[in-house]
Amino acid sequence: MKPGRFTYHDPTTIDELTGLLASLEDVKFLAGGQSLMPMLNMRFTQPDHLVDLNGIDGLAGIALNGAALEIGAMTRQATLMKSGEIAEHLPVMQAALHWVGHFQTRYRGTIGGSLCHLDPSAELPLIALLCDAELTVVGPEGERSVAMGDWPLAYMMPNLSEQEILKLISITPWGGHHGFAFEEISRRRGDFAIVGVGCQLAVENGSITKAAIAIGGADQVPYRLSEAEAALIGQPASEETFAAAGEVARQKDAMSDAYITAAYRQRLANVLTKRTLAAAAQRATGE
Amino acid sequence: MSEQLKDTRDITVTVNGKSYQEAVETRLHLADFLRLQLKLTGTHLGCEHGVCGACTILVDGEAVRSCLMLAVQANGREVTTIEGLADGEELSPIQEAFSEHHALQCGFCTSGMIMSLTAFIEENPGADEAAIREAISGNICRCTGYQSIVAAGVAVAAKQAGGS
Ligand code: FES
Ligand code: FES
Repeated sequence: MKPGRFTYHDPTTIDELTGLLASLEDVKFLAGGQSLMPMLNMRFTQPDHLVDLNGIDGLAGIALNGAALEIGAMTRQATLMKSGEIAEHLPVMQAALHWVGHFQTRYRGTIGGSLCHLDPSAELPLIALLCDAELTVVGPEGERSVAMGDWPLAYMMPNLSEQEILKLISITPWGGHHGFAFEEISRRRGDFAIVGVGCQLAVENGSITKAAIAIGGADQVPYRLSEAEAALIGQPASEETFAAAGEVARQKDAMSDAYITAAYRQRLANVLTKRTLAAAAQRATGE
Repeated sequence: MSEQLKDTRDITVTVNGKSYQEAVETRLHLADFLRLQLKLTGTHLGCEHGVCGACTILVDGEAVRSCLMLAVQANGREVTTIEGLADGEELSPIQEAFSEHHALQCGFCTSGMIMSLTAFIEENPGADEAAIREAISGNICRCTGYQSIVAAGVAVAAKQAGGS
């Protein structure tokens, strides 16, 4: 028995949850548990209360609402990988999901858990950022929505109060024909990414009409390469264009730690930006 | 600490076809529940933080790391552990293949490897070598060098695909 003592709560409705939150202090939320359970087992965290979100009705599921894909926060990563809706409307998410942990952890791990844990190298926050996701959070004060761009406040700190949970992730996929790609480098399959890059690209008559690039693992929080995105518009979908974008990625600040230097992360950001843009362009032009 | 501070729940869980009603402390993880409370020690614990895969079991047919689930979360679920694969003396196809291909040495990783491959091949019959390698990428073995484990997995996947 490794976690410290806590009181376990398993509400079955959002109302029950918000009622509970108004009265509890020092709470951790248990979603898929693939990050929190290790922290509990190692006693890195020892909350007084553990609130299990797995039994709450209506927090999981994938639905198309008009043009928007609405994904419940407790939707499992394995479910997203197998979803026909995601395959059709948001293939870039499935490309990234192959890199999320291992198939055994994806059966439990959830999209909402990943977004709230907000590990800098995690794939799903990167994809949410790439796709301009709108997040709905709920707490005792009711619901509010947060643009994914405003979600990461700092290193592993989402825009969420202690009494709120993430409820829904809404993504409006790009209309029209476009290409996408996701790539990352990690030391071993399933390990945390050192750097991961996702992009989407629309190309008409050989020149770029729309571009989005998101980079994770390089810095404290995932970010969009907005400068390069703007510069890509109107450019030919060529190696030189992509090299220029890669150069922008290389010049961004990066973290260093005991294993990986900032310079190496910058190098990877550069190389992966070039590679994913080229792969996305190829998909966009159907070559 | 005194007994009344313990947060416990009664759970009903089916393990390898047998139903158990047990009182569990809510902080007990599923692997420790299986090993310490049910005395099913075939499920191993290598790291207890989700890295080694030794604790892999099936919950409602899905391969999961039992060190990353609480016992209380298995309430009402169906669990399969390594003890539940063989039919009497008759080994499951993956167990048989592990024996044939010498896919274990010390055996510490073996239950996790077998549970992972059981679930993966069930879902992906005909999986090729690359897929098998990816499937066990979350299971660490300090002995075999993996080749024999991959060979066992590939052999079963090929047989399964041929048979369906
Ligand atoms: S003991 Fe569960 S993954 Fe290592
Ligand atoms: S056989 Fe010894 S750890 Fe795999």
